[in-house]
Amino acid sequence: MDYFLQALGAASTLIFSFDRDIYIIVWTSLYISLVAVILASLAGIPLGLLVHFRSFPGKGMVLQLLNTLMALPTVVVGLFLYGMLTRQGPLGDLDILYTPLAIVIGECILILPIIWNLSISAAASADPRILATCKALGASPLQQSLLFVNEIRYALVAAVVAGFGRAVGEVGVAMMLGGNINGFTRTMTTAIALETSKGEFEFALALGLLLLATAFVVNLLLQRFQRLNR
Amino acid sequence: MKKATLQLLLTRIAFTLLIPLSSFAEDRLRLATTTSTDNSGLLAVLHAPFESAAGIKVDVIAVGTGKALRLAQNGDVDLVMVHAPSAEKKFIEDGFGKRRLPIMHNDFVLLGPANDPAQLASADNLADAIGRIAAVGHPFISRGDDSGTHKKELSIWDSADIDPQGNWYIAAGQGMGAVIKMADDKLAYTLSDRGTWLSFKNKADLRICFEGDPSLHNPYHVILLNDSRHPHIRSNLARRYVDFIRGPEGQRIIGDYRVNGLQLFHPDVIK
Repeated sequence: MDYFLQALGAASTLIFSFDRDIYIIVWTSLYISLVAVILASLAGIPLGLLVHFRSFPGKGMVLQLLNTLMALPTVVVGLFLYGMLTRQGPLGDLDILYTPLAIVIGECILILPIIWNLSISAAASADPRILATCKALGASPLQQSLLFVNEIRYALVAAVVAGFGRAVGEVGVAMMLGGNINGFTRTMTTAIALETSKGEFEFALALGLLLLATAFVVNLLLQRFQRLNR
Repeated sequence: MKKATLQLLLTRIAFTLLIPLSSFAEDRLRLATTTSTDNSGLLAVLHAPFESAAGIKVDVIAVGTGKALRLAQNGDVDLVMVHAPSAEKKFIEDGFGKRRLPIMHNDFVLLGPANDPAQLASADNLADAIGRIAAVGHPFISRGDDSGTHKKELSIWDSADIDPQGNWYIAAGQGMGAVIKMADDKLAYTLSDRGTWLSFKNKADLRICFEGDPSLHNPYHVILLNDSRHPHIRSNLARRYVDFIRGPEGQRIIGDYRVNGLQLFHPDVIK
């Protein structure tokens, strides 16, 4: 019991001590996963709608593949991108290994299938009469799609939230591609891994609680945003 | 017109978001080193004066010795500081490193439960001590992660002519701190560098069961990498860094560094 009490104590000290290092870590985590989730959503949502509305040969395969990629292990993405970004790799000269950008790319690859796939489900769950009604009322194709997106926005936000959750909570990509560099690429999850390896279990757990608190605030803001759009 | 403004705005947002993501315009030195040096807290103290005086940011990538050397071999870092002499010599022989320079040392210790069930304390030498663990079959936790400490442990078994196998031999695959915690929970023996042990002491019930054998010496070296193999390596920055940690100020900081009032590392250039 002591263990959990100590962790809770350490967590509240962490949050209220306003320690600069801690805030840099939280900010790095948030910043990287938000950029990743924005980029992945910009690609994933339109792709999801496209796959939903178009029929093309091999569509079943694409869906199957997307379902499989949702189970992509983070370390495998890390290993794959390490192979691309290392000096020995094809993109080595770009010099982006061990920078936040490398983590953003990795997390994008990780969550694109999630957002893409959940966007397809979102589109599939919409009332099929929406588009017919829009068309009958003389809406242009652009207006049609905007109306459609507005109709399924709850399910789309859920897709984005799922992507953000995966990005902010993963450790494999951030560790392999970021290198856990203090003040530069150290995220909350790599800091947790580091403190665990040092045997600072209470501090690591405290960081975990801080991560959950951060995710809670982000989701709260997203929900707010959803209401405003109503 | 409106569309153009929007586009401009979006591009601007995209750029401000992405620029801080990479490492432009700053002098950054990438140092791959072992978890034990980083976990001890020494590097933070050692790097601060260098960073402010030289205007160079030192990016520390703390991994096991095996991986640190691999990163250096791939040209992903500018410098390595590790503690596995035989692997280091092979690294130089293979042409990946140019010069290998001593920095500091401490030593390894065998940790175990307070009642010392295998009687390591009365052993004559290291081979005898480690042989007793195997003979009794008392649990022993190995790092099992190709770190410098792991390599050292394997060489100790090897020199005692023991093939560590069986239920008692547990390969954890974790960092030094986590392994000490594990040994503490399972009342097992383990090998640790003295620095990590000293910074942990008050968190574990283990104690040092065997120490002081000359073959438990633990030297740390930096290796300047072969820049003809990897021309992009910032060898100028690396050399300035090495000059600093091997110079009077760096060596003094290493010797003065204390955790819980105890000295963790002994400088090897200026004693």
